[in-house]
Amino acid sequence: MNITLRIWRQQNHDDQGRMVSYGVDDISPDMSFLEMLDVLNEQLTLTGDDPVAFDHDCREGICGMCSLMINGLAHGPEALTATCQLHMRHFADGDVIDIEPWRSNAFPVIKDLIVDRSALDRIVQAGGYISAPTGSAPDANTTSVARKDADRAFDGAACISCGACVAACPNGSASLFLGAKITHLGSLPQGQPERDSRAVSMTAQHDAEGFGGCTQIGECTAVCPAGIPLDMISQLNHDVLSGLTQPGGQ
Amino acid sequence: MTVKTTAGRYGRALRSSVVLHAVMAVGGLIMALYLVAHMYGNLKIFSGQAAFDGYSSYLRTIGEPLLPYSGALWILRVVLLVSVGAHIYAAFVLWHRARAATGGKGGWRYQTTRNRRGVQRSYASFTMRWGGIVILLFVIYHLLHLTANVIAPGGASESPYERMINGFSIWWVVLSYVIALIALGFHLRHGVWSAFASLGANTSVVRRRRLNQLAYAVTIVIIGGFLIPPVSILMGWVR
Amino acid sequence: MNDLYTLGEPLVDLKDPGGPIEDRWDKRRFEAKLVSPANRRRLSVIVIGTGLAGGSAAATLGEAGYHVKSFCYQDSPRRAHSIAAQGGINAAKDYRNDGDSIRRLFYDTIKGGDYRSRESNVYRLAQVSESIIDQAVAQGVPFAREYGGLLDTRSFGGVQVSRTFYARGQTGQQLLLGAYQALERQVQAGTVDLHTRHEMLDLIVIDGRARGVVIRDMITGEIETHLADAVVLASGGYGNAFYLSTNAMGCNATAIWRAHRKGALFANPCFTQIHPTCIPVSGTHQSKLTLMSESLRNDGRIWVPAKAGDDRDPREIPETERDYFLERMYPAFGNLVPRDVASRAAKNQCDAGHGVGPTGLGVYLDFVDAIGRLGRSVIESKYGNLFDMYRKITAEDPYQVPMRIYPAIHYTMGGLWVDYDLQSSIPGLFVIGEANFSDHGANRLGASALMQGLADGYFILPNTINDYLAANPLSPGIDTSHPEAVKAATAVRDRIEKLLAINGGRSVDSFHRELGSILWEHCGMERNAEGLEHAIGLIRGLKEQFWSNVRVTGHDEELNQALERAGRVADFFELAELMCIDALNRAESCGGHFRSESQTDEGEALRRDGEYAYVAAWEFTGLGTPPRLHKENLEFEYVELQQRSYK
Repeated sequence: MNITLRIWRQQNHDDQGRMVSYGVDDISPDMSFLEMLDVLNEQLTLTGDDPVAFDHDCREGICGMCSLMINGLAHGPEALTATCQLHMRHFADGDVIDIEPWRSNAFPVIKDLIVDRSALDRIVQAGGYISAPTGSAPDANTTSVARKDADRAFDGAACISCGACVAACPNGSASLFLGAKITHLGSLPQGQPERDSRAVSMTAQHDAEGFGGCTQIGECTAVCPAGIPLDMISQLNHDVLSGLTQPGGQ
Repeated sequence: MTVKTTAGRYGRALRSSVVLHAVMAVGGLIMALYLVAHMYGNLKIFSGQAAFDGYSSYLRTIGEPLLPYSGALWILRVVLLVSVGAHIYAAFVLWHRARAATGGKGGWRYQTTRNRRGVQRSYASFTMRWGGIVILLFVIYHLLHLTANVIAPGGASESPYERMINGFSIWWVVLSYVIALIALGFHLRHGVWSAFASLGANTSVVRRRRLNQLAYAVTIVIIGGFLIPPVSILMGWVR
Repeated sequence: MNDLYTLGEPLVDLKDPGGPIEDRWDKRRFEAKLVSPANRRRLSVIVIGTGLAGGSAAATLGEAGYHVKSFCYQDSPRRAHSIAAQGGINAAKDYRNDGDSIRRLFYDTIKGGDYRSRESNVYRLAQVSESIIDQAVAQGVPFAREYGGLLDTRSFGGVQVSRTFYARGQTGQQLLLGAYQALERQVQAGTVDLHTRHEMLDLIVIDGRARGVVIRDMITGEIETHLADAVVLASGGYGNAFYLSTNAMGCNATAIWRAHRKGALFANPCFTQIHPTCIPVSGTHQSKLTLMSESLRNDGRIWVPAKAGDDRDPREIPETERDYFLERMYPAFGNLVPRDVASRAAKNQCDAGHGVGPTGLGVYLDFVDAIGRLGRSVIESKYGNLFDMYRKITAEDPYQVPMRIYPAIHYTMGGLWVDYDLQSSIPGLFVIGEANFSDHGANRLGASALMQGLADGYFILPNTINDYLAANPLSPGIDTSHPEAVKAATAVRDRIEKLLAINGGRSVDSFHRELGSILWEHCGMERNAEGLEHAIGLIRGLKEQFWSNVRVTGHDEELNQALERAGRVADFFELAELMCIDALNRAESCGGHFRSESQTDEGEALRRDGEYAYVAAWEFTGLGTPPRLHKENLEFEYVELQQRSYK
């Protein structure tokens, strides 16, 4: 396949940035999308151009490092698929593909297609954990956890923190990310003591980072490679409201 | 950028988008309830002028003598005013935040023109803000027309019944009313469901389906109920 | 002995406390010096890497009150490649009452490692395994549960007891999130300074002790020096030396290799693990390999066409023309033979022309019988996510067409040499997780990598490092202007400049790819002296070409991914040579490694305990001079050595 790529190039944070067109030829349908970009970069390197910078690491859909807005869709056209697991067979010979970085004020562009997602880490720092210092734990089977609660916790814990939800959200909200963590920890008995303060603190940090609010449109769930459901945002809302109204919440 | 103190976090969370959405949800749901009552009143048009005007004056005497004349109505009006004020205030703050979060461009912040409509959003869900403004403008016009009697297409009257008949006998008045109702329908369709979701009621896939069904039901009942009187008047079934 | 290496003194000071094996860890902890809580704040520890080992260590040291500086090359600590582990984590909990015990986990691990690991270390690992599960559950790791609400376990990798705890097919991810969240809690508490997108490029050794690191800020390109009282490397394995592996693209050996060059011994570099059930290469563009859990072999049957070069649709090949080679060769274990046996058999079939798929590098893993026997829904519930993943990558439906699998490099048992305290041969430099060599011998049991990473990070290092910190704080007055620190930073800058100045005609990746194929061919599952010597020549030639003809675009002071890769590949060249030298030295078939000169009459692996029951720890003596081999003899008091047999 021969493909035309229009890629966002931006030298650094202060650069204006612009879309630049490139052609890549002899692309195999079995290539992954990122391998297609590898081909482009090999080409650029040999002609002495600066290769396109993009984030990627595990290339098996779990680390959450890869990003990319492909034709206006976070992680491209396949549902439940991160960019690294997207293959070129989903495109056709002669296609023109637009590739851009995640865009949100909380995700400043570092270079080309790479953005700074450390805001998500700071939200976790604000309370996305259960305080259990090493060595303090009781035997693992001391507390039994109903299977439905364990499953629900897992569904939230499956979030890979890629930031696609923010990229796709018309409001630039990270509510799906936040809701997933709140649901993960809040569904477990171990997570109850800090449940209120966790929801309050993480939400405060989410807003302080400059993410927008959730209008329940659901674009985030359509692009989420981990299949986090929309109801986890409602869980977040529930826990924040109840956290704020608990006596002694402050 | 990191919020450090517990009190700071509590305060920040109180001003968070989650809380503003809850405020907007409560305000919206109160207005939706009011709309049901309002619709019920409108349908009294089919019981004739005496019943309709009687209902209108009855609303002013509820709670008497405990409350002064029009007391209950004024309480209702204050509640509604607060609701609408809170609803609009929250909406504008959230709108502003969403613009700030996306470089002022919302869903159009990417260079590509493809998939700007996204993957799964409904028409209703992404017209909430402009739809809300259309509804607001209509409400002002509507109050001036049928409540305050300032604008009087078809002729002013002391009788609410006559004001309604006079107005809705004119095709373009009905048309403007219908357009506003369509905007309201979309607003309710997404608003009712998302209000419950914002308040934490969407707890599972099944719940989401139920809440969406509820939103459809509320929308159909309210819009249907509001459409019947003006259409009937225009058609000459009520005179 | 030849001119490739020289022999040094054997290693003797292992800090092994001795005595009954059950009491050694207790004894060591009791004898180790402690640091009073008030003094910990003044002591700092650098931790490189934020995977299971590094993340858990940094969090735990932070909780203890030390001042921790944590570095990772990814944009978030949670992305370390531990996250990709699927299968599970072993622990000797014996919740199933099926005869498991610390002793049995210890025994299985030593045996699985083909008797090339230390008894004391492995016993401690088995002891600590129980606490790991407790710790993870307390943190909210959502392990699989029974309907009664208690933890579920399964049997894994051919072990006869059910001791593997799991969280769907994403156990690594969930355990890493536990450690990551604990780490972020300490960041919030102010005990840990977190530096993401920062890569360690050298170790700073002052007066014979590890005292700091040279770091490149991957966004600005700035070279920073950081000093501390001790340095912990938790930078993972070096499987990416093979280019194609199941490792993440960024996994690299630079941290451990630079430490090796500064004096840390490198142990058993040729011990690498090859995993049989990976998705085959689809073409020359391939950038990495994807592993599928080997639990697939519980129900799938492995075969190739009996006739070489038969390229019919697999569904059209009749039973009589198929060769279920594992079932034929190993009737007792069949498709469930250990990883290395299955891998080597598959490679041999492909080398003999029986391979399937577009590249001929693959064998079938067929579920038709299992679907017929158990029904599609059972197979779907057991392996649904793996089948989906396979379909996503290959566009073939494994419910209809047999899967194609091929072995791939998956884990490296070798790593920096450490003593019982997990301290390397440089005082003050500790090495944990896959980066060290310690517990898996010549082959790792399934579901033990997660166990070792967390054992090291949560429980072992935070105890043993006290002993060092109590006695050896950084002398006051030493700061980043110390000549050794300046020298190290200057060397790093010079090397970067050198790489950027070559401006040749080949990309970094093309060199890496070529290096990988040399290693895979000659230092993979099956080796022989001739091939290894040939490979060493090839590697040296390629390295020379690299340093004269590589093209690294861009500048130093910016985000420059080509430059990052160039530095890593340059280190892989040096490591690859040492891997081949180590493999050459070890003229026995052992663990995951088959030396064709050392086989039984039946063609099976022949281990040579008389000659090779030792850890080969290599000392760097300078570029161009042969490395020096130090042997650490392995003594077995509690386990009797046996030859493996799966016939």
